[in-house]
Amino acid sequence: MYSEKFTDSIKAVEAARAKNIAYEPARMTAQEKEDLLKAYHPDYKETEFAELKIGPNKGERVPHELCATLQANSRINPSDIDLSKIDYDVDVLVIGGGGAGASAAIEAHEAGANVMVVTKLRMGDANTMMAEGGIQAADKENDSPAIHFVDAFGGGHFAAKRELLRKLVCDAPEAISWLSDLGVEFDKDKDGNMITTHGGGTSRKRMHAAKDYSGAEIMRTLRDEVLNRQIPVVDFTAAIELILDENGNASGAVLVNMETEEIMVARAKTVIIATGGAGRMHYQGFPTSNHYGATADGLVLGYRAGAKLLYAETLQYHPTGAAYPEQIFGALVTEKVRSLGAKLVNAKGEVFMHPLETRDVSAASIIRECGDRGNGVDTGNGQGIWLDTPMIEAIGGEGTIEKRIPAMMRMFGKYGIDIRKEPILIYPTLHYQNGGLDITEDCMTTNVENLFVAGEAVGGIHGRNRLMGNSLLDIIVFGRSAGKNAAAKAKDVKVGALTLDHVNAFANERKAAGITTDEVSPKLLPDYRNK
Amino acid sequence: MENMVNVFLFGKKYSVPENLTIMRAMEYAGYQLVRGCGCRNGFCGACATIYRIKGDRDLKACLACQTKVEDNMYIATLPFFPLVKQVYDMDKVAPTQQIMMQLYPEIYACIGCNACTKACTQDLNVMQYIAYAQRGDFEKCAEESFDCVMCGVCSSRCPAGISHPQVAMLARRINGKYLAPKCDHLENRVQEINDGTFKELIEALMQKPIDEMKELYNTREIEK
Ligand SMILES: Cc1cc2nc3c(=O)[nH]c(=O)nc-3n(C[C@H](O)[C@H](O)[C@H](O)COP(=O)(O)OP(=O)(O)OC[C@H]3O[C@@H](n4cnc5c(N)ncnc54)[C@H](O)[C@@H]3O)c2cc1C
Ligand code: SF4
Ligand code: SF4
Ligand code: FES
Repeated sequence: MYSEKFTDSIKAVEAARAKNIAYEPARMTAQEKEDLLKAYHPDYKETEFAELKIGPNKGERVPHELCATLQANSRINPSDIDLSKIDYDVDVLVIGGGGAGASAAIEAHEAGANVMVVTKLRMGDANTMMAEGGIQAADKENDSPAIHFVDAFGGGHFAAKRELLRKLVCDAPEAISWLSDLGVEFDKDKDGNMITTHGGGTSRKRMHAAKDYSGAEIMRTLRDEVLNRQIPVVDFTAAIELILDENGNASGAVLVNMETEEIMVARAKTVIIATGGAGRMHYQGFPTSNHYGATADGLVLGYRAGAKLLYAETLQYHPTGAAYPEQIFGALVTEKVRSLGAKLVNAKGEVFMHPLETRDVSAASIIRECGDRGNGVDTGNGQGIWLDTPMIEAIGGEGTIEKRIPAMMRMFGKYGIDIRKEPILIYPTLHYQNGGLDITEDCMTTNVENLFVAGEAVGGIHGRNRLMGNSLLDIIVFGRSAGKNAAAKAKDVKVGALTLDHVNAFANERKAAGITTDEVSPKLLPDYRNK
Repeated sequence: MENMVNVFLFGKKYSVPENLTIMRAMEYAGYQLVRGCGCRNGFCGACATIYRIKGDRDLKACLACQTKVEDNMYIATLPFFPLVKQVYDMDKVAPTQQIMMQLYPEIYACIGCNACTKACTQDLNVMQYIAYAQRGDFEKCAEESFDCVMCGVCSSRCPAGISHPQVAMLARRINGKYLAPKCDHLENRVQEINDGTFKELIEALMQKPIDEMKELYNTREIEK
């Protein structure tokens, strides 16, 4: 329910609605976008970054909070850990029970490997479960993997590793087909054609969806498949340090039971990091759309073991996080709302930009509109911009919202806002970790043997920004690939003597660099107590 | 000054701001959550919670991350409920009524009390989707249960011991895999890629200098 203070602004939005629906705002030129990003995107805010003093990316700048966690103390003292007492001994150890981890586990199992999943919360308590909008694949007549490539490469500011992007777009249709075959219910018409829409920055309608529960539908199906295969899943258990062998190859992980704090040792021939993103690091104080366990753990694990990061300084701020009511502050309002026709409207009822620019451009434009231009709406908890959802029903017909974005309707409905009739208030929210561990096409890190990475913990697939729908895609494509490759590689691995020397070495580096801190990492969970 | 209300977490009284969700109220009171907190936004079903407002006869169920506190709310979280999940091979199940009979025979013991529907945290018509499952109408069961977050609250209320979310999961997978119409354009595209149809196009992109890629991107045609 909106209080009275919003009435005038809502009236302005309503009055302009018909005109705004008909109005087709121009897209920005390349130059306009560049200037806008430099001036307003959080990634360009110099004071929010610090230089890494140690580790493989020494000298590079990353957000303060990430810098602190990468350079923090280990949660363990290596001399306290008895590496001869092995609690789990497997071929492939998957760390993280989201979409990437589940896909990897299924494929490793399919390849005959003895595979196990450890995950910090429950399997499926993950960003994958929350994805609403959909998954891209160039499977329509007017589309092709090459067009998909160009969209993603441009959207990521021409910084993607091309061999990774090639794999992403070329394996996309097969990924959708694999999911369908597992029983994922994609939106289709009665002839079986996929119902697809645009996402920000796409030049073809290639967004496949399962209503606005796309990620949930994928995640629960993958989880069910993992359980049907009886792959061991050790939940409420986090990896807190990688274990290497005497040759410097990844050979397992130190685990901690999140509830009892018991420490355990897992030995493995190959290890897959699939720990997802970092929204709960709250970079620059932003709220986040991410799940509770998104704390960049995989980056810390890899970094201490010597693996390199790529583009760790680039984050995605989703343009439309909920700005009101306070209970859902930061929660995602899916891009599909704009795909279906809702436009961004300022306090005065003006459409100030094309609704489907790429995410970084949209976020920067909203920040400018609320900031320097002073056209934001005061929410009582910051600023916001209207997203005029009733336009969707006007364009697509009555019932479109309930049919296509039921989760959105429910989310706001709980607070007395009927998005079919009333617009909603949004502001950018910390959404996605563009950067991560640097890998080659086979999903192995570029400099730690037998350490594979998949999903949001990878850097370089998308470049410096990611298009909607390409992440659900990457967790399937690279998750599966990591699972297959890790299983194949495990066949000829002889694990040497286990060691945590790299943890000591990193501590020494820290000391030598004069860094003193009480912080320990990986962070595992944020602390919201007494707040 | 914020308006405060009294809530009783597992029976113990705390004073918390009235605008908080149950989840935030627990944190405000000093709990560091581990169990019972996943997505924090109504998708994962980790935070199933039961409560009673003092003086009410009704026992209510909700998701802690999606529900505001009320004065005199007695709260107990239900972070785990022992559901039965049968193991099956998707390639071998067939979309017939028998499969439900085989895997989840207890659904036929439903007494129609509707307790599941009343308890559902997503306001789904749970009894109805179980009825569809009984009849082997997987498509309808899938449709009716689609928004299920598998929190297990319905099952905690069921006198027949049914694991509703697992029944619905099977129905949705059967529907997605066997009953939904096949997608021809998808199969064709996978075939084309396997045949190498796009190989040259893609390889050309792999080599192109950045300036040419920019040109290509900035002038690309965008489908209306
Ligand atoms: C609200 C929201 C909406 C989105 N919508 C879309 C969309 O429409 N389309 C799209 O393509 N993408 C979308 N995304 C992005 C996409 O969902 C994610 O990037 C992707 O699902 C990440 O998958 P993942 O498997 O890498 O990580 P996750 O799914 O986050 O899984 C990581 C898992 O690892 C566990 N873990 C973390 N640290 C440890 C540790 N130390 N030890 C053990 N386990 C650990 C976590 O608890 C979690 O279970 C969205 C993301 C969010 C948050
Ligand atoms: S049907 Fe049952 S498990 Fe699913 S959301 Fe409703 S109460 Fe939760
Ligand atoms: S609670 Fe159980 S017995 Fe009662 S209607 Fe639901 S499924 Fe049937
Ligand atoms: S924490 Fe996921 S539904 Fe509440």
